[in-house]
Amino acid sequence: MGLEHLANALTLTNLALALFGVVAGTVIGSIPGLSATMAVAVLVPITFSMAPASALILLGAIYTGAIYGGAYSAILLNTPGTPSAIGTTFDGYPMAKRGDGDLAVAIACFASVFGGIVGALALLLLAPPLSSVALAFGPVEYLWLSIFGLSLIASLSTGNVLKGLAGGALGMLLSCVGVAEISADIRLTFGVSPMIGGIEVVGALIGLYCIPVLIDLVATPERHLKVEQGVRAVRVREAALIAWRSRLNLLRSSVIGTVIGILPGAGGSVAGLVAYSEAKRTARPDQKFGDGEPDGIMATESANNATVGGGFIPTLVLGIPGTPPDAVILGALLVQGVRTGPTLFDGGGSIVYTFIFGLFIATILMLPTGLLIGRYAYKTIVTIPKTILVPAVGFMTIIGTFAIRNSVSDVIIMIVLGSVGWVLSRFGFAASPIVLGLILGPIAEQGFVQAWIIGDATGNLAGMFFGRPISLAIIAFTILSLVYPVIQSRRAKRTLATQANLND
Amino acid sequence: MLKLKSVKTFVFASTVSLAAATGALAFPDKPIDYIIPFGPGGESDISARFQQPYFKEKFGQDLVVSYKPGGGGAVGWAQLNSMTADGYTIMGVNLPHIVIQPAQKDVGYTTDDINTFYMFHYTPDAIVVTADSPYQSLDDLIADAKANPGSVTMSGSGKATANHLAQIRFDKLADIKTTYVPFKGTGASTTANLGKQVKAQWGYTTVGAAQGDAVRMLAVAMEERHPLFPDVPTFKELGYDMVGGAYRGMAAPKDTPPETIKALSDAFGAINADEAFRKQMLDGGFAMLDVDSAGMADFMKARKEEYLQAATEAGLLN
Repeated sequence: MGLEHLANALTLTNLALALFGVVAGTVIGSIPGLSATMAVAVLVPITFSMAPASALILLGAIYTGAIYGGAYSAILLNTPGTPSAIGTTFDGYPMAKRGDGDLAVAIACFASVFGGIVGALALLLLAPPLSSVALAFGPVEYLWLSIFGLSLIASLSTGNVLKGLAGGALGMLLSCVGVAEISADIRLTFGVSPMIGGIEVVGALIGLYCIPVLIDLVATPERHLKVEQGVRAVRVREAALIAWRSRLNLLRSSVIGTVIGILPGAGGSVAGLVAYSEAKRTARPDQKFGDGEPDGIMATESANNATVGGGFIPTLVLGIPGTPPDAVILGALLVQGVRTGPTLFDGGGSIVYTFIFGLFIATILMLPTGLLIGRYAYKTIVTIPKTILVPAVGFMTIIGTFAIRNSVSDVIIMIVLGSVGWVLSRFGFAASPIVLGLILGPIAEQGFVQAWIIGDATGNLAGMFFGRPISLAIIAFTILSLVYPVIQSRRAKRTLATQANLND
Repeated sequence: MLKLKSVKTFVFASTVSLAAATGALAFPDKPIDYIIPFGPGGESDISARFQQPYFKEKFGQDLVVSYKPGGGGAVGWAQLNSMTADGYTIMGVNLPHIVIQPAQKDVGYTTDDINTFYMFHYTPDAIVVTADSPYQSLDDLIADAKANPGSVTMSGSGKATANHLAQIRFDKLADIKTTYVPFKGTGASTTANLGKQVKAQWGYTTVGAAQGDAVRMLAVAMEERHPLFPDVPTFKELGYDMVGGAYRGMAAPKDTPPETIKALSDAFGAINADEAFRKQMLDGGFAMLDVDSAGMADFMKARKEEYLQAATEAGLLN
């Protein structure tokens, strides 16, 4: 009887914690600069006094909420709230521009919940076997994976590949600033000591995406987002219908997200980009990715939420954090005296299974709360006058950038990058290739250097780079996604030509 | 006029000293900011998280851990002395980082700039292999390296770090040539070892504790065996004079009053003396160290000489 009461109380507490975590996480994630990592890190001390399972549920709920919350600012302000939402800006913002922001937010919510559930299912059913994926990826695989991600630049900048590549190169150059991650060289700081820390990715994201939007808001007389006149039906049903029609895309993107989440060297941003790239490659001819295509949002949002469950797989099974927030959670677990590893699933399974169940609850709770907060966020952004919106968002960008590592120089770098980004956008250089270079450049560099050292030491450089099955598969996908659009457009031309001939 | 001004100055000065005095009496009377100059999840973060609940329990105030990553810690340390010097801002400090970094190039601080007031533990260097590795003992690894110079690849965290210095030192002691592969942090280096991307890992005893049966340690760089691993020999036992690892402690801005430094040193000394804390740390694979503010100068001097000599011989300093 006593035990039963205890169990009930525990469940109620956990439910409340999951609800609180999701709401808090969504709000924090929607503010650019306040990332999932930070939200989790701040709350760790509170969890010391909790039971390990409850602590895990709270932290997991905040994490999953924050990853979803990043979509709001991506869609409504063209600024990814967290790096995971970079790909969401590609189609989310164009949708919001043409007056479909509410639909985009609802689609993002369905996709996030779906991805979150797929990731949690993998964690529940397949964690120990899937953890071997984390170990199968060596330096070369990370090199080729990041090159696959970079190949997205070519397909993102249709009609302007040269400018896209230039942007990507600029991003990679920017990523070299500061102390090199593995060789410890100091590069491109020009003797300025704060530059040793390099260019912070989240700060750069805020600058490159948000500052141009703010400048345009001030420079143009139009409203921020187009608003349809008249009363509009709730668009939840419409969003659900679109999501159901794209269930294949959702499933594929969620699986991609889960697998990439397992890789300790990748993370939500890479997962979203790879899923986007695959969704684009397999799209129907009438779909215009980058122009407000719902499938684009679904790909990134389902993939990035799937990384939550995926990232917990190496964290819990191998004791190797899959993503930065997982690293914080792993630390909290150690303080609680919970040892990770395969035995956690076998022996002390109750904690793990309570947690995974809690993650499911949190993910499902994200549906009602996400739709509710999303509608509120949309209404606020749409109805708020520009004179308030611009200073409010401007203020948030500065606070957010500063908060990442309490650094004023990061704020200066953010503003400079933003201004440069705005000028470049006038000349047709988009922000995304620069950001891709900035994020993927270091992964590629580390992978290349490590693979070279190992290949050189074992006297098999060619075999190192081109002789490993996973590498070859990634190379094949890269070539496919580079060549496929060319073939497709040729075929379309040929069909057009045949039709023209027939008409003659 | 002049008189009024001096009265004002006097009043102001006495208010300040009064505040300082009461502050010293009740220190700490508000939460202390504990900045870790790295990202979350590493040994620095985890050991700080271990201290957190004990600080709250003993002194009734929160120890608020935050992160300021960048430049392998250099960004944080370069800014330490410009932070408020009232004892309520402290920062994690790591060796050999604060010796090697400023010796290599201008990183915005010097070793002597860092006012370290307590060193509370170290993670002893250890050679880690997977459970199914052909290397059963240190001799196996040495034999392979002697037979195939350079082909034994060993992962480690970063370049010119504790792991890297250990690799250089051991290669010299055992007269072998291994290949060091730097990774981004211990987590990535462990992943590479577990995934057999490399043949062995230069890690710490903490890796052995975290990975349990999945790995085997060939030797640890301690004076005596670690209580958690009674079966793992020390390098000394095997005839290699190697004791050391990565040392961690806390520093305060340079202008922090000496009595506050003393209070901080005593506070963290009290945590270190707590049996429950020591046990938790040892169970995590850490090795305890008790160097307080009084003994810091000697300790730092010895470490500085040791690291600078090793780094110079290895050609890491130009």
